[in-house]
Amino acid sequence: MVGAAAHADEDKYVGRRMLRVEDQTLLRGRGKFMDDLPVAKGTLHAAFLRSPHPHARIVSIDVSEALKQKGVKAVVTGEDIRPYTKPLIVGFENPMDYRGIALNKVRYVGEPVAVVCATDRYRAEDALKYIRVEYEPLAAIVDPVAACADDAPVLHDEVGSNRVSRRVFTHGEPEAAFAASDRQTEITIRYPRNSITPMETYGIVAEYQPDTGGYDVTSNFQGPFSVHAVMAIALKVPGAKLRHRSPPNSGGSFGAKLTMFPYIVVLSVCARLAGRPVKWIEDRLEHLSSSSVAPNRVTRIRAAYDADGTINALRMEHFDDHGAYLRAPMPAPIYRMHGLSTNCYRIPNVEVINNICMTNKCPTGAVRGFGGPQLYFAIERVIAQVAKDLGRDPLDLMRQNLIQADQFPYRAPAGALIDSGNYQQVVADTVDQGGLEELKARRDAARAEGRLYGIGYAMAVEPSQSNMGYISTLKTKEEREKAGPKDGAVASCTISVDPLGSVSVVGDSTPQGQGHQTTLAQIVADELGVPFEMVTVNLETDTQKDNWSIAAGNYSCRFSPASTSAAKTAAERVRRKMALIASRFMNVPPEDLLFKDGWIAAQSNPENRMEFRRVGGLAHWSPSSLPEGMDPGIREVAYWNAPELTPTTAKDEINTSLAYGFAFDFCGVEVDRDTGELRIDRYVTAHDCGTILNPGLAEGQIRGSFASALGASLYEEFVYKSDGTFLSGTFADYLIATAHEAIDPVMVDTVATPSPFTRLGAKGIAEGNQYTTPVCLANAVADAIGRQDITVPLTPAKVFEWVNGEEEPAPQAAAEDEAEDLIDYSGDALRGQGSTFVPASAEQVWQTLMDPAEMAAIIPGCKSLDKQADDHFTGVVSMGVGPVKGTFEADIRLENLKKPRSADITGSLIGALGTSRGRGRVTLVEGEGGVTVSYEYSIHLSGTVASVGGRLLSGAARALVNQFFRALVRRAAPEAKSEGGGLMRRLRARLGGKK
Amino acid sequence: MKILKDGSKTQVSFTLNGTEVDGYAEPRTLLSDFLRHEIGASGTHVACEHGVCGACTVVVDGKAVRSCLMLAAQAEGKEIRTIEGLAASDDSFNKLQDAFHKRFALQCGFCTPGILMTLSSLQDSGRRYTEPEIREALSGNICRCTGYREIVDAALDVLGDRVVA
Repeated sequence: MVGAAAHADEDKYVGRRMLRVEDQTLLRGRGKFMDDLPVAKGTLHAAFLRSPHPHARIVSIDVSEALKQKGVKAVVTGEDIRPYTKPLIVGFENPMDYRGIALNKVRYVGEPVAVVCATDRYRAEDALKYIRVEYEPLAAIVDPVAACADDAPVLHDEVGSNRVSRRVFTHGEPEAAFAASDRQTEITIRYPRNSITPMETYGIVAEYQPDTGGYDVTSNFQGPFSVHAVMAIALKVPGAKLRHRSPPNSGGSFGAKLTMFPYIVVLSVCARLAGRPVKWIEDRLEHLSSSSVAPNRVTRIRAAYDADGTINALRMEHFDDHGAYLRAPMPAPIYRMHGLSTNCYRIPNVEVINNICMTNKCPTGAVRGFGGPQLYFAIERVIAQVAKDLGRDPLDLMRQNLIQADQFPYRAPAGALIDSGNYQQVVADTVDQGGLEELKARRDAARAEGRLYGIGYAMAVEPSQSNMGYISTLKTKEEREKAGPKDGAVASCTISVDPLGSVSVVGDSTPQGQGHQTTLAQIVADELGVPFEMVTVNLETDTQKDNWSIAAGNYSCRFSPASTSAAKTAAERVRRKMALIASRFMNVPPEDLLFKDGWIAAQSNPENRMEFRRVGGLAHWSPSSLPEGMDPGIREVAYWNAPELTPTTAKDEINTSLAYGFAFDFCGVEVDRDTGELRIDRYVTAHDCGTILNPGLAEGQIRGSFASALGASLYEEFVYKSDGTFLSGTFADYLIATAHEAIDPVMVDTVATPSPFTRLGAKGIAEGNQYTTPVCLANAVADAIGRQDITVPLTPAKVFEWVNGEEEPAPQAAAEDEAEDLIDYSGDALRGQGSTFVPASAEQVWQTLMDPAEMAAIIPGCKSLDKQADDHFTGVVSMGVGPVKGTFEADIRLENLKKPRSADITGSLIGALGTSRGRGRVTLVEGEGGVTVSYEYSIHLSGTVASVGGRLLSGAARALVNQFFRALVRRAAPEAKSEGGGLMRRLRARLGGKK
Repeated sequence: MKILKDGSKTQVSFTLNGTEVDGYAEPRTLLSDFLRHEIGASGTHVACEHGVCGACTVVVDGKAVRSCLMLAAQAEGKEIRTIEGLAASDDSFNKLQDAFHKRFALQCGFCTPGILMTLSSLQDSGRRYTEPEIREALSGNICRCTGYREIVDAALDVLGDRVVA
């Protein structure tokens, strides 16, 4: 339970567990999400052709066959988009040309290559397979550190390096502090790629208006609306001519619905070229492979400290991996956390080196926590390691270095102005209510029995409401001076009172389920003294009609500090105006008026009062009754900003956010030695987020954040092979906790220290566990198994290896030919071997294998096979594995032909679903009554097949090999049929490749 | 058995929340797409289209079914219930809806229709369920917002074997 609820003022709605007004709509199935909105008749539906290659040059694209398909009205490629756009800009100057669709190269699996616009979605998807793209595959790079090496394949030739930015920041005197400290500890951490994958995917309807030259777009884009400027510039229209509207409901985002904006640009041009509105609803594979992920990061972090445990300095070098392209506001996550590079500790000196790296993976975007999980994983792991190196209790060491309660507002060395808090009290309450001593006893008892049990701790300063200027910290002082200052975070709210006296509120927070309508109604009803039900809140946005500014949107816990402050400010203005009107009728000074229960009454004489609705009505029905000079009607717009959000200083210090909460967690974890599985014995979490606006909503944010952080800790990772092949294209590959796996944390009732800088004292609460939970669990596992190098997700296979020693890696298939360097046959590559007995002579079998007509009959799904040369066959094969079915062009070459004993086979299958390349060897050994055919093969898959079919493929490949050899026996030894079941039994005994 | 021709549309009719509905579907049209875009019952949501997330769950002849894994043509003559049919005739919430509201058991609400329909199919059995049984029953429904505690509590309020406080 969130404790502050107990202290709520009974007269006020703010602080109360008000039930959500949103539920009335959503629980009836009456929500209006993006795909629920009606569209104009004639609207076309888009489907994207996406790259099966992690890195390749586009040699040619032929769309002519696709255009002939029924219902297809347009097929649009990057070259078609180019004339109508400019590159999508980012926060610093660089020559990368990115427009949301591949131009001459593809740089990750899933990158858009062409768009089919057709009369319905099914037809649009059907037509994709008729687009013929010729690619020239290039070597790919997926590791951010390796990507910075001189000999790494370069993604963007025009940039010349995969390291697109490197900045070194020195705050305090880290060098001197390192020299003067008694001891040092260094670790390297790797934080994986993950995302919170909202249940509703991206959705866009775009229309071009030839009459105005503008675009009209409706989408579930979440903001920040600074990106509206990026889109308008890319589409070469003034801001006002890119009208963007949001639907009433959005099915979650967690940051993901920021970087959908390149699709808005692409689909806007598609609509222009097709001459009709175009609608696109992203599917799940598209979302997992190509929407948005958190940057994975490698950090080398070193701490300098004295023997008494005082930490004097940190030094960290980050390799932040942003995938194939930078999309505004990337690389923001690393800079959003910059001011907090020392977390909650009194560490006066810090050096930070930020390398921004490009690799052949999906481009990054916002994910709940936005840079915090990566940073705090490094800091909290190194602190735990320092404690271990000193032989100290970790929590004791953390407490020793915490910012003290009397030090707020505290200016951290990298610039954060941490507004308020009482960290010691939060820790004390958590230790007490969470039963730390009992947990330690449980650990000791478990260890006494030889079990692996550990306790982990993690703390985090939780920033909210981002300074819109922080990304400028990426630039040098000189570049910043040239560009002009950037700072602040403007929030806005409009409140109207209509002729019947009811209140409407329009805000700029584009929520995705957080209950903003409910909270804003609480705030405004309190301020105007009207019943909660009298306030109607509409949070749809329309950039042509509504109040908004660049910070508008829902991200980085902006709502609780900023949107609430704007709403309170606007409500105060309405109250002031209505007090002036009422005072004229009631003959009392406006300061004497109290707004309560739908009445405006004189405090000096409560009998003297007017109904709220009557005063509101007067402003409309009788302008002549208003005080002189007052505008009629009641509609107040407030734009609110906090003066503490100043620009980056000359020394690169930046107050990255406005309000800073605090989270502290500890947990007890047992590791199963035999399975590598974790059992979380207890997880305790505490949050101080200032004023609690609605405890029901606040608890929901904590539990929700904990659940997704638990997923990031235990299950979730976007997996790429070293050659860039993407393997996590379904919810059966990218695993998410369900009610069955989810655990409940113990929630602590602790202090609520209001922010002095926000109007209601509220701070954000939705991200705390993203910061603390992964590293808290990692610290517990480190404690349990005595290992320093811990990475998440903590999958049983990985933990098992840590406990029991790593398995010998499977032998790599020999890479003889140069082209093979591009391919990673490891891991999930399909491999098999086996043998079968064919009751025919070696000569007969050999003849069969070399005859294209025979082979066409033997190869499962083969439609045709032509002999190009004695050792080269081409043909068409139709295959399906589970949900993935498609037609592929086969190209098969035979090498090292040693008639009739052995042959090496290499080949490829190319189709809309992906490309697979394989190699194998067939050996014939003559024996009694026939020949034993032995085979081995390795198959490498890319594209859709690899992304969604990976789990099914080993089994499928075995089945296909079995089919192949059964057919071979039938063709090479037709007379053997008479043996019937006997032969099949014998075959079954001999068949069955083993991985 | 009627053989349907690829590309052509045929009439499909079934009972939706007690009322006869009909529309036209291709043989390959998914039930989820048919409900949403042909009938206009857009309360059923589509989130993965490969049968893992449960957002599109509807109740077909008393059983919870993923409407993204069923063809519209297979629904012919069936009795289907969706989120739109839960509220009482006077528009008041049914017990499950009410419990979800009071427990803050939804945030964005996108997965909620599927979860409510999964629970509705349990409700029909008339029996009471333990918390592990409820969690097991919900293990085919993904929610990204809540962390499930509130959902499980709301379900237990209505279907659980514990005494409601």
